[in-house]
Amino acid sequence: MVESQWRIEFPRLVAAAHAILRDPGAAEQVAQDAFVAALEQWPAGGVPDRPGAWLMTVTRRIAVSQLRRDLDLGAKYERVAERAAAREDIAVEDLADGHIDDDILRLVFVCCHPSLGRDARVALTLRLLGGLTTPEIARAQLVPPATAGQRVARAKRTIRDAGLAFENPTGAERVDRLPAVLEVIYLIFNEGYAGTSGTGWTRPDLAGEALRLGRMLVHLLPTAAEAHGLLALMELSASRFRARDGADGPVLLEDQDRMRWDRLLIRRGLDALATAVRFGGGPYTHQAAIAACHARARTAEATDWPRIARLYDAYLRRHPGPVAQLNRGIAHWKAYGSAAAREIIVPLLSDPRLANYPYLPAALAEIETADGNTGAAITLLRRAIAMTDNGADKAIVTRKLQALVRTSGGAREEDRHR
Amino acid sequence: MRFLIMSKSNDHFEAGGLPGPALMRRMGEFLREASAAGVLLQADGLLPSSYGARISAHDGRISVTDGPFAEAKEIVGGFAFIDARSLAEAREWGRRFAVAHDGECEVEVRQVTGPGGPGDATGGPR
Repeated sequence: MVESQWRIEFPRLVAAAHAILRDPGAAEQVAQDAFVAALEQWPAGGVPDRPGAWLMTVTRRIAVSQLRRDLDLGAKYERVAERAAAREDIAVEDLADGHIDDDILRLVFVCCHPSLGRDARVALTLRLLGGLTTPEIARAQLVPPATAGQRVARAKRTIRDAGLAFENPTGAERVDRLPAVLEVIYLIFNEGYAGTSGTGWTRPDLAGEALRLGRMLVHLLPTAAEAHGLLALMELSASRFRARDGADGPVLLEDQDRMRWDRLLIRRGLDALATAVRFGGGPYTHQAAIAACHARARTAEATDWPRIARLYDAYLRRHPGPVAQLNRGIAHWKAYGSAAAREIIVPLLSDPRLANYPYLPAALAEIETADGNTGAAITLLRRAIAMTDNGADKAIVTRKLQALVRTSGGAREEDRHR
Repeated sequence: MRFLIMSKSNDHFEAGGLPGPALMRRMGEFLREASAAGVLLQADGLLPSSYGARISAHDGRISVTDGPFAEAKEIVGGFAFIDARSLAEAREWGRRFAVAHDGECEVEVRQVTGPGGPGDATGGPR
């Protein structure tokens, strides 16, 4: 019974203890102590009606008495003494529960602090906000457990030693710090995204963790446009997960069985998108708007490609990048034809950033195939397969190549393209 | 993993009675808690069965019966879809849903197959 409270209550308890102690490591320890107390007392006294409230009261009590103890011991850290001086008179009962959202938000900004490396931010977020164990974090980040443990420990030390936990971003500062938070959540989502197709199925459900974190963030920052924008992007992407897993490997968007798309997540994604737009939008919102075009199309043929092309045009003006440019090229192909597409995509062939990106030659192969240049397409697909070691990517492109070779009745690699 | 949490109705609601202030407050608390934890996907109450119908099919024959129906505690009163990590966690949310109802209620928790979202238990290599 106590175990089932863990994942639900743990982040809240850590956040409350952290608000008092300003030390994520110490805060985590206090939260664990509260659970130990529950394990000891609940069997005898019965499970409380509201276990969350019980755990929270105990957590705050332990944290405050630890703070007082640190004071009495003459705290090593001056900042603790500064803060604690103001808090000496605070009784546990005065710490109103209404502040818990602020406490959680403070913890979120600490876990995602820009001073930490990306892997460290992800690991710490999974630990303190997700309640994942070290082995689970290790499996999530595809590193040995010792590495994951060190990553988390080092991150906590950095935060403590640099006093980062004493920051309390408000107003405009929150807006500045939000991108770092969104980046962490989206990284977790994409690590899960890659993991669900094929070999990674024993990993923790990272995409699910990211979605829950994204929903938590929207609850904490209801007027932050990009919090809604990221959530929209994730809900819409996740709505396609079930359709993505085919017998022979991942199924591309245009080939997916749309009956398997999750309409509840689509509805939630579209709602979040509308909210994000209302609050001013941003890059994640923009990407979600593109994803929404697909979500609204009942069939691949019904896709509003001109709209997608226009959205990519606007997106690239603000946020240049090679992969987005490739996707823009594909959208232009579908909307305006192969000449428009080649203008955008062919220059990318000499972009070093896409040197190992098989979807670039694969996209061009698609266009060549449609224009009847089968030989050129086959050459490009072979190039794509050679470019990557990623099993899933290789599988997709190999299937395309096999299909093409079958229908063309043999390769004619002398065909000129362009 | 997606779970459906359903609460059974009672005579008060079947008669068209409204939720009292205590229930409203506790249900609001549950919804806020589930939303803050990022697990709430959708939640709604159902109107009394007089606003509904039953259809039964036997031996190739179909019959439609309009509500209201007799056994109030066999009738679904409200539901929530949640996105939890495990059945254990979903059970806990079900328990909290029941606590929110105060007094008498029956709550059932069931895992959703089909579009279960990321990490649904029917997963595994296919």
